[in-house]
Amino acid sequence: MNGEELTEQETALYDRQIRVWGVDAQKRLSKSHVFVSGLKGTAVEFCKNIVLAGVGSLTLNDDNPVTEEALAANFLIPFDENMGGGGSLAELCCDSLKDFNPMVHVSVEKGDLSSFDVDLFEKFDVVVISCCSLAAKKSVNEKCRKLSKQVAFYSVDCRDSCGEIFVDLQKYAYAKKKADETVECQLDYPSFEEAIAIPWRSLPKRVSKLYFAMRVVERFEEVERRKPGETSIEDLLNVLKLRNELCLAHSLNESQIPDSLLERLVVSTKEFPPVSAVLGGILGQEVIKAISGKGDPLKNFFFFDSVDGKGLIEDISTS
Amino acid sequence: MASGEQLSAIKGAKVLMVGAGGIGCELLKTLALSGFQDIHIIDMDTIEVSNLNRQFLFRQSHVGQSKAKVARDAVLRFRPQISITPYHANVKDSNFNVDFFKQFSVVLNGLDNLDARRHVNRLCLAADVPLVESGTTGFLGQVTVHIKGHTECYECQPKPAPKTYPVCTITSTPSKFVHCIVWAKDLLFAKLFGDKNQDNDLNVRSNDTTTSSDHSEDIFERRKDEDIQQYANRIYDHVFGHNIQTALSNEETWKNRNKPRPIYVKDVLSDEPIQQNGNTDKMLDNDNLSSLSAMAYLGLKNPQDIWSLKENSRIFFAALKLFFSKRQKEVGNLTFDKDDPLAVEFVTAAANIRAASFNIPLHSLFEAKGIAGNIVHAVATTNAIIAGLIVIEAIKVLQNDTKSCRMTYCCEHPSRKMLLMPVEPFEPNKSCYVCSETPLLLEVNTHRAKLRDLVEKIVTSKLGMSLPLITHGSSLLYEVGDDLEEDMVATYAANLEKVLSELPYAITGGTIITVEDLQQELVCNINIKHREEFDEEKEPDGMVLHGWTPAPAAENNKDATDNNGASTSSTSKSAPDAMEDDDVLLIIETGIETIPAGGKKRKLSDVSNPDTAVDEKRSKKIPEQPENNGDVIVNLDDGNDDMSETVPQ
Repeated sequence: MNGEELTEQETALYDRQIRVWGVDAQKRLSKSHVFVSGLKGTAVEFCKNIVLAGVGSLTLNDDNPVTEEALAANFLIPFDENMGGGGSLAELCCDSLKDFNPMVHVSVEKGDLSSFDVDLFEKFDVVVISCCSLAAKKSVNEKCRKLSKQVAFYSVDCRDSCGEIFVDLQKYAYAKKKADETVECQLDYPSFEEAIAIPWRSLPKRVSKLYFAMRVVERFEEVERRKPGETSIEDLLNVLKLRNELCLAHSLNESQIPDSLLERLVVSTKEFPPVSAVLGGILGQEVIKAISGKGDPLKNFFFFDSVDGKGLIEDISTS
Repeated sequence: MASGEQLSAIKGAKVLMVGAGGIGCELLKTLALSGFQDIHIIDMDTIEVSNLNRQFLFRQSHVGQSKAKVARDAVLRFRPQISITPYHANVKDSNFNVDFFKQFSVVLNGLDNLDARRHVNRLCLAADVPLVESGTTGFLGQVTVHIKGHTECYECQPKPAPKTYPVCTITSTPSKFVHCIVWAKDLLFAKLFGDKNQDNDLNVRSNDTTTSSDHSEDIFERRKDEDIQQYANRIYDHVFGHNIQTALSNEETWKNRNKPRPIYVKDVLSDEPIQQNGNTDKMLDNDNLSSLSAMAYLGLKNPQDIWSLKENSRIFFAALKLFFSKRQKEVGNLTFDKDDPLAVEFVTAAANIRAASFNIPLHSLFEAKGIAGNIVHAVATTNAIIAGLIVIEAIKVLQNDTKSCRMTYCCEHPSRKMLLMPVEPFEPNKSCYVCSETPLLLEVNTHRAKLRDLVEKIVTSKLGMSLPLITHGSSLLYEVGDDLEEDMVATYAANLEKVLSELPYAITGGTIITVEDLQQELVCNINIKHREEFDEEKEPDGMVLHGWTPAPAAENNKDATDNNGASTSSTSKSAPDAMEDDDVLLIIETGIETIPAGGKKRKLSDVSNPDTAVDEKRSKKIPEQPENNGDVIVNLDDGNDDMSETVPQ
C-alpha cells in the first residue's frame, strides 16, 4: 500500500502489533473510521481494543446517563459518587478512551440510534451496535447496505454467560495466503434480516443452540416491547411458549433449544465481565481483519457460552 | 450464571496474579469487574513504550515505573473499594516462599518466561494451590488449569526450548538471515563491545592452525597508533574480507555450497572520504547517549527500508565509531539489548553485510531487531480473550468444580467451527519428575565429571533449581544460600572442583543422590550410572539425564539441533532474551503426539452437544490442525525464525 510512512512515534508504539499484521495493515487501520453505539461492558471492551490498535477515529453513541448497572461492567468510567456528574455514557467513555491512545480521534455523536439517517453512516468504514432492539439492528444494517461505499456492519450482544456477534461485510474481497501464493477470495454476506429469515430446518444440522435461543429471546422482547435485556424469571413460561410456537413453525425439535439455556438468557441479563472480554476481543480482531483486508473474516455469526467454553463460528446464509 | 454461590466464591477468594504485562493488565481489569475483592500482583518489570499498544492500564507518562504498582492504581480508579496489593519484585525472590503461596485460593499466571513459569508451578504444587496458566503470541493463545493430583502440572509435558544453531553454521556456513544475526549479535558485537575474556568463535580456523592463533589474540584490540576510522576499517576488512577469504581456503566446505564473497572496505566505499572523525563529533554534540543513532547521523529514517550493502557499511562504521567515541566507557561491558538503538543498528548492518557475502537476502532494521531481540508478537485482543478465559476457569476452581475445568486454545483459524476450543485437562503424568516422585537417571563419567559440571549442566539448567541442595545419604555435598557458615561455604566451593568419585562421600555408579530446592520445595532423586565415553557432538554435556524430557527440536528448521546440542555457547546464553519481552506463548503443544504413554488423549469437551462428539482419533489431532497452517504451532522462540511462518496472513 502506498501513502505516507508511519511516523517514528507510531512505529515505536505499534512495534509489537506491526510484527503481527504488518505495516500496510497498520496504515489502513490509522485511516479507518469506526462508529459504536450502545456502550455497555462488551462494547467498551471492543472500544479499548481498537483504540489500542490505532484506528483513525472512533465515534461513540450512547445518550444514557451513568447508572450503577452501567458502571458494573465498565472500566472506562472512574468511580464517582455523583455518577459521572450528569454526563452521558458516551461522553464519559470518550474522555477515558482519548487517554488510551493520543493518536486516535475519539468523539461523541449524540442522538437516538434509530433516528440516524443513511448519511451519518457514510462517514464510517465500520459500524458496531450493541444492546439495541431487533428493529434497530435491522434498520441500521439496511442503512449501511444502502450506501455505495462498503460499510462493515457488526452487532454484539452479551447476556450473562452467553454472547453473540453478527457480521455483515456485504460483498467482501480479501487476500489469502496459501502456502507461498496469495489468492483473492470473495465472500457474500446476507443482511441480519435475511440471515434470520432463513427457515431453521434448512440450516445445517449442528447449528449452535445459542443461535436459536437468541432468536427466541429477541422475538420475545420485540413482541412484548421490552428493551434489550429487560426480562426476568417471570417471563420464562411465556418465553418457553414462544419457543414451542417457533419450533413448531420451523419444524425444529424443541430439545434443540433447551429450557435451561433459555432460563439462563432470560434470568441473568447483565453482562458477565469475562464473557464481555472474550466477545470484545473476538470482535476487535474481526474488525481489524476487515479493515486491513488480511485474514479470513468471520462469516457470519459467532457464539460463546462460558458454560461449555466453546467459541463457535456459524455460517447462517443461503450461499 | 452469576449465581449467589458463584459470587460468594469470588468475594471470598484471595488471588495471586503473577505478571502485570499484556495478559496481566487485562486480567486485573476483568478480575476487578467480576467482583474479586482481594488481589495480589507480582511483577518485576517497569513500563516501556512498546508495552503501550496493549497494556492499556499504562500511559506514556508511566514509562519507567513499576508495572504492578501502576496497574493497581489504574484499576482502583474504577474499583476503589477493592484491595490490590502490588509487589515490584521477582517472583523467584525468597520471600515468595511456600508459606506465601499458601495464603491464596488460586494463582493466575500471566508470565513471559519458562523459568518463572516452572518456578511458580513448583511452588503451587508445594503449597497445594491451584494454578491457572496462560500464554499468547499474535492471535494465538491458551489457558490451562493445573490442580495437584487432578490434572497434569505445568511440567508434565516437555516445553519447546529456544532454538540453537550448530557452531559451524554460525561461524562458517550461514544459509539463513537468522544465522547472520546470531553471528553479528553473539560473536561480533560481543567481541567488539563485550567482555574480552569470553570464549568467542568469531575467528574462522583455517586448515593451517599455526597462523590463526598468533594474530587472533589482538586483532580486535585497538592499536595505540590507530584512530577510530583506521581501527574500524581494519575490523571490517578482517571480519568481512579476510575471514571469508580464509574460510574459502577450506575447499571441502564449499563442494556442495555456494561460495561466499569476501567484502573489503575499498570495494564498497571506495569513492568516499575515509576520514570523518571531525564530523562525527560536531554532529553529535547535542545528543544524549541513549538516543545516539547511526541512522539519524546518516539521515536514514525508515526502519522498514532494506538498506543497500553500501548503506549497511556506512551504518556499520557510524555505529562502531559512535560506540568508541561516545560510549567508550561501556565498551568491554556491553551485552546486546534490543532496546539499545545503536546496538540494534550495528547488529543489523553487520548481519546484512555478512548476508551479502553469503548471498542471503538482506533485511530491514525492523525485521532484524525482531529476530535479534526474539521479540514476541503481541496484540491487545488476544490478551483480552485469554484474560476472560482465565477468570472463567478461576471461578470454576474456586467453586471446587474441578470436573468442569478446561484447557482452552484460542486459534487463528477455526477448527471444526471453533475459534475457542475447550479441551479436557490431562491427568498428571505419572513419571513427571516434578509432580510425581519418579527418580531420574544420570549417566556420567564419575571419574572425570566434577561436581560443578553436575550443578551447572543438570541441577541449574535442566532441573531449573535456583537454590539447590545436594545430598548423598545423610551427607551434604553442596548447598546455596545466604545464611551459610563460612567454613561450609569453603567446603562447598572445594567440593565443586572435585571429581564426583573423589568427593568426601563419593558419587559412583549405583549411588543415589538427592537434589532439592528448598524454596521450590522440590526434591528429586537421581540414580547415578557410570559411563566411560560420551559423544562430543551428540552429548556435549558429557553426561545424559534420563527421565527429564528435553523439548523436541523444531521441525521446520533443519539446522536446529536438540536443546543442548552443538550450539555456540553464546547462542544458548541468549535464551533469556527470547522471553524477556512479553506474554510469551508456549502454546499448542508441539509434543501432542509425543506425550508419554499412560496419558489420556485430549478430548474435546462436549458438555452441551453430545451429538457433535467426535471420536478420539480426530479430536487428538485438533490442536494441531488450525486450518491450512501447520506452523500455527508456535515455539518459544519463533521470533527467531522467518516471521512469515508465524504471522497470520
